[in-house]
Amino acid sequence: MAHRIEIALKRGVHDGRGAGVAHRARNFFHLPVTGCASRDVFKVEVDLKPRQVREVQKIFTDPVIARSAVGRLAAPAFDWLVEVGFKPGVTDNLGRTAQEVVTDTIGRALTAQEGVYTGAQYFLKGALTREQAQKLGRDLLANELIQSIRVFSPEEWAVAPVDAEPPVIRDPASVNVHTYDLGGSDADLMKISRDGILSLSLAEMHAIRDYFNRPDVLAARTKLGLPAQPTDVELECLAQTWSEHCKHKIFAARVRYVDEQGREQVIESLFKTFIRAATEKIRQDVDWLVSVFTDNAGIIRFNDTYNVSFKCETHNSPSALDPYGGAITGIVGVNRDPMGTGMGCEMVCNTWGYCFGSPFFAGDLPAGLMHPRRIRDGVHQGVIDGGNQSGIPWTRGFERFDERYLGKPLVYCGTIGKLPRALQGRPSERKEIFPGDAIVMCGGRIGKDGIHGATFSSEELRHESPAQAVQIGDPITQRKMYEFLMEARDLGLYRALTDNGAGGLSSSLGEMSSLCGGAEIDLAKAPLKYEGLQPWEVLLSEAQERMSLAVQPENVDAFLALAKRRDVEANVIGQFTNSGAFMTKHGDRIVGRIELEFLHEGCPRMEIEARWQPPQLAAPAPLRAGNRNRALLGLFGALNVCSKEFKSRQYDGEVKGLSVVKPFVGVHSDMPSDATVMKVEYASHAGIILAEGINPFFSDLDTYAMMASVIDEAVRRVVSVGGKLGQIAGLDNFCWPDPVLSEKTPDGPYKMAQLVRANQALFDVCTAYLVPPISGKDSMKNDSVRGGRKISIPPTVLFSTIAKMDDVRQAVTMHFKQAGDLIYVIGLTQDELGASEFHRWLAAEQGTPAHYGGTVPGLDVPRALATYRAMNAAIEAGLLHSSHTPTLGGLAVACALAALGGDLGAELNLDAAPQSGKLSDDALLFAESNSRFVVTCAPAQATALEAVFAGVPCARVGIVTGGRALKLATAKRTLIEADLDALRKTFKKTLNGI
Amino acid sequence: MNPKILIITGYGLNCEAESKHAWTLAGAAPELLHLNDLLAQPARLHDYAGLMFIGGFSYGDHMGSGLAFGARVRHHLRDDLAKFIGEGKLILGVCNGFQIMTKLGLLPGLDNDYFTQQVALMHNDCGAFQNFWVTLRFEDKSPCVFTRGLGLMPLPIRHGEGKVFTLDRELLARLEQLGCAACRYADPATGAATDQFPLNPNGSLNAIAGLCDPTGRVFGLMPHPEAYLFPENHPQWDLQKLRGELPAQGAGLKIFQNAVAFLKSA
Repeated sequence: MAHRIEIALKRGVHDGRGAGVAHRARNFFHLPVTGCASRDVFKVEVDLKPRQVREVQKIFTDPVIARSAVGRLAAPAFDWLVEVGFKPGVTDNLGRTAQEVVTDTIGRALTAQEGVYTGAQYFLKGALTREQAQKLGRDLLANELIQSIRVFSPEEWAVAPVDAEPPVIRDPASVNVHTYDLGGSDADLMKISRDGILSLSLAEMHAIRDYFNRPDVLAARTKLGLPAQPTDVELECLAQTWSEHCKHKIFAARVRYVDEQGREQVIESLFKTFIRAATEKIRQDVDWLVSVFTDNAGIIRFNDTYNVSFKCETHNSPSALDPYGGAITGIVGVNRDPMGTGMGCEMVCNTWGYCFGSPFFAGDLPAGLMHPRRIRDGVHQGVIDGGNQSGIPWTRGFERFDERYLGKPLVYCGTIGKLPRALQGRPSERKEIFPGDAIVMCGGRIGKDGIHGATFSSEELRHESPAQAVQIGDPITQRKMYEFLMEARDLGLYRALTDNGAGGLSSSLGEMSSLCGGAEIDLAKAPLKYEGLQPWEVLLSEAQERMSLAVQPENVDAFLALAKRRDVEANVIGQFTNSGAFMTKHGDRIVGRIELEFLHEGCPRMEIEARWQPPQLAAPAPLRAGNRNRALLGLFGALNVCSKEFKSRQYDGEVKGLSVVKPFVGVHSDMPSDATVMKVEYASHAGIILAEGINPFFSDLDTYAMMASVIDEAVRRVVSVGGKLGQIAGLDNFCWPDPVLSEKTPDGPYKMAQLVRANQALFDVCTAYLVPPISGKDSMKNDSVRGGRKISIPPTVLFSTIAKMDDVRQAVTMHFKQAGDLIYVIGLTQDELGASEFHRWLAAEQGTPAHYGGTVPGLDVPRALATYRAMNAAIEAGLLHSSHTPTLGGLAVACALAALGGDLGAELNLDAAPQSGKLSDDALLFAESNSRFVVTCAPAQATALEAVFAGVPCARVGIVTGGRALKLATAKRTLIEADLDALRKTFKKTLNGI
Repeated sequence: MNPKILIITGYGLNCEAESKHAWTLAGAAPELLHLNDLLAQPARLHDYAGLMFIGGFSYGDHMGSGLAFGARVRHHLRDDLAKFIGEGKLILGVCNGFQIMTKLGLLPGLDNDYFTQQVALMHNDCGAFQNFWVTLRFEDKSPCVFTRGLGLMPLPIRHGEGKVFTLDRELLARLEQLGCAACRYADPATGAATDQFPLNPNGSLNAIAGLCDPTGRVFGLMPHPEAYLFPENHPQWDLQKLRGELPAQGAGLKIFQNAVAFLKSA
């Protein structure tokens, strides 16, 4: 029988959780909540003697600050009680820990039928209606997708029976393998695809039908006792393997691109033509590429001992439905990419970045969408918990805000790993598997979590999007698995490994089997969280914290024994073969067989139309000449520029003790660094530099300029701290709205042309800069159709950079260092205000927020290269006291940040800044031209510095002062004279506490 | 001979690499051992002169930081730990390690009772996990052998539950009287203990950042000395370098060096 334990804080102990609920209810929901007391509820469904129940209660209760009762603790005075628990089958991390504590307490393992389940109580005070209490439950305290919410009045609570009933699926349904009939009409085929959330197109359904009609296939199936038509195991496996998420069909498609002059070009695959071709071309000039595009993460050489790997992913759709669960899965999921790369990497650091609607959004939200503040809070908390609990420091983070992210937030999570270059005497990046190797799954168990995640994320968000497409990560289970795998790796106990992410076993084993030519698995041997899963669900489940391994037969026993000692689940579920097919059994029964060639190569290629027409975007009316203090403060407080420190401080950035240039720098550690620098090993001064570029706003004018600009930003940030050309690698993450012409997407050809142009720029700039893309990812269906409204994101590319730094002690930071230092502007400022932060601010001021057009920043590659070479030389010579590269808000914002970082004043004459022609004051201040730096040096170094930058646009523009003002002027007038404290206050105020 | 230090790993603890490096730099011989391997042979504990409970997120901090790990250790290692302390050996806990030791009762260990929880490490007053640098003041009058002569020291904090708390004012007074409050959050400008956020990141009573037992040989603290082993870990190392004030080593190392000096002289 189940025992209910309620735990509350003692009187006199501050209830931070309850106070936080009351605060948010008042401030975000404007409800008259005057107080909230919170409690924990444990439902212990374990066979216990009365004495053991008391022992468990005692151990669960902190004797200093908490009190508890078995059954019910007397309720405090309240007006409404909201009780929250998990729905059946949802990952309950707290419950899992409680289970282990019970195990330790009673000294025996729990049976499969036993478990501990958790919930929380919120006793609300205040004049609320029942509906308002329910709303708080729904919109603040719980997510109905994964949690149950019950609301009680004091009278109802007084008579309600004590609820110790655990939320469990009691569904030992019999194993059922269903066969699909693909013999019907096209309409029938599409109904099968739609109803099953298979996301298969008609052409793909035809290909599958034709495959099963092949006489040789039929003969092989008959021999094995399989039906002629595909089983659900087979059709689901194909749908998952062929999903946009896994197959990247849009990047592989044949594209007919027509430019604005009607010139036509046929592109055989965007990925091969532009991205991989760029890397192949650069490979001839750099010698540190180890493994690119073939594994879960790209690998580059770091030094003689280590290689370094990098992968960045997005987890957009799940984060829209369950921000916390989606995001924590995003971060612990991407950790498994380096972990499953080569022979398995050690974790070095994480990166994150999000695109959201404004947390202050006050317009009409389409029904079914969560408020962007709630999404933002949940996403941050998910990645905070995932990263912190995994013991992996964050190094880079950013946020961008635009109303078009209301429908789908973008949640980028990246991980850098390191890998000894050789393990057991062989190159560690090599992946091989031999027939006869055991298939071992290790880590977590399988539940219904995340079924159809891969196919679902390949669709736009609809109202009926499936709840079970959301998984909840468990960092501690993964951490245990990770440490075990590193131990097993160093002992040489396995041959190969890969992670189970989207598509689960179907995806990981499908990929691994192509290394040896086949696999045969028994789905009945996979450990389940609960009964009632059908074979196809076991194959597709995206339950987290799992890796698939190939283990040499002679190592199986040792591998399993070590797993047991480390408290990590590991099971042999089949073996690799060379049969040419992926075979699935359930016990003795064969439930699926797909030939590998068809599985991997049988998906018909898409053909997509792309037609480019430059968009017409009106520009704001120019401002009258005059003082620009108000504009600077407006930009400084704007969501995209303002300080993100409040949330960022909740991420652990220093675990491992290797950070050198941290995400925040300056005398008050409160200004964002251009790039971060960290050591990779304790005993070496060599390290890595990480940075990124992202600018979805430029996409509204031209995605070619957008892509060129974000690559330039990601590169010049690295250069700014001391990174060298020729040592920088890149990572592209494309997030796009659906670019395929259809009834729902009449502007598909334009969006596809935007994609083509971005790829053209990627090839052009990466090859010119010698920055090879080493890995990447695309997410192509970032649209939401709810309440009859379609919201599509602006085309967004995150370009991340990683560079080796030989001596991290040479790193240069962004802030002014001492009064009397000279300030130089390096690089050309041009009349490029289109889609700039200033134009967007000005357009909003003028009441026409969409009119932020103008000239988008261009890129002069030879000039940029000369500039970066000179910067490399200046830093190598130790000439620079500070270096900061302008991004959003141009020179004005850059100078203000550098001044605040040093808490020092500055006086600049912008007439002197290198510029093309005679620029307007506003272009001088706010243009977001590429390839520029604001640097400082000691007066004694001026001559040396000017010599290094000879031939590059470079001018002395001012001096760092000991005062409290930032003064930017031209000969004609003072443009900005701002007090440092006022600037700092504005910079920090917008998102402080939010 | 370099004193042998045992660092327990597993179940979500995650500062093993930097902690091991710290002890190595300080002249000790640290070894990592998974908790389960130690529980399988508890007597192995006695091969060591010092024990460290490292930082991390044992069991995800579920049910309160350190509770689950502490319960496991108490069930299996109680007698061996009592013997270990009785023999005059050293135990250090950092962050989650400090939380585990507090839940176990190893700290503050008043009245020779090392296995009853006496104080709590509660959620920070600000309600969230925080990572930034603070200034610590080490108390001269504390018997703590790890902190002798350290004065003020900048160190990073990285925790959500670091508020030293008890409802028992007499207990708090005894802790102070015995010098168990070995370090406090301080204002770097004055060196005075402070209850002002962010100088005091969690609202700890009496600004306590770390506690030792009355012998001074068992010590735990929330800030991370093992995260300041290199001069370049400091958030303003760039300015220190420009001014010629960059120290030769990270200040956090001194805590480990003190421990090693004590063990070598013992």
